[in-house]
Amino acid sequence: MLETVILIVFAMIGVSLLLNLWRLVVGPSIPDRILALDTMYINTIALIVLYGMNMGTSLYFEAALLIALLGFVSTVAVCKYLLRGDIIE
Amino acid sequence: MMEWVISLLLLLGGSLILVGSIGLVKMPDFFMRLHGPTKATTLGMACLLFAAMAYYGFYGEGVSVKEVLISMFLLITAPISGYMLIKSAIHHRLDSIESTRGKDNIEED
Repeated sequence: MLETVILIVFAMIGVSLLLNLWRLVVGPSIPDRILALDTMYINTIALIVLYGMNMGTSLYFEAALLIALLGFVSTVAVCKYLLRGDIIE
Repeated sequence: MMEWVISLLLLLGGSLILVGSIGLVKMPDFFMRLHGPTKATTLGMACLLFAAMAYYGFYGEGVSVKEVLISMFLLITAPISGYMLIKSAIHHRLDSIESTRGKDNIEED
């Protein structure tokens, strides 16, 4: 049963990644696109955790942690650039 | 029994993530669009990581500290990035629809 559920959740996260990609392409303003990119980071973490559960190893959690870290730092850096026109003043 | 709990948590997390992305697509302006991802994906990731904790605690090599680390990190950083995004949206004066609340609190400069 767990394998079927994992496949269903894979499909759900894939659909939500496609929706985020649509917002990233269409998005009328720049903060919309940053928000879509940030959501894509979080959905990718979910995808990697699910893939690790599917394979039965916890080896992929380091990759998830790294993506979480870099996603947060890049979102804050781009927002800082939008706010000030400069990343480090 | 444990399989049911893990499946329920996984389905709940996946549907919350899907709801967040649908909200990101369907909402009319940016100030409403921010609500979907920041709340729903935080809850969804919490559900998914709890499911992963239960899975590895029950079937695999025991509960590790990495799941706790990821969930704590996401829980701390999601409000900060939401705050930075809304500040940049206010700074760029994005247009919003009439029924968006809290616009009176934005000070003119």
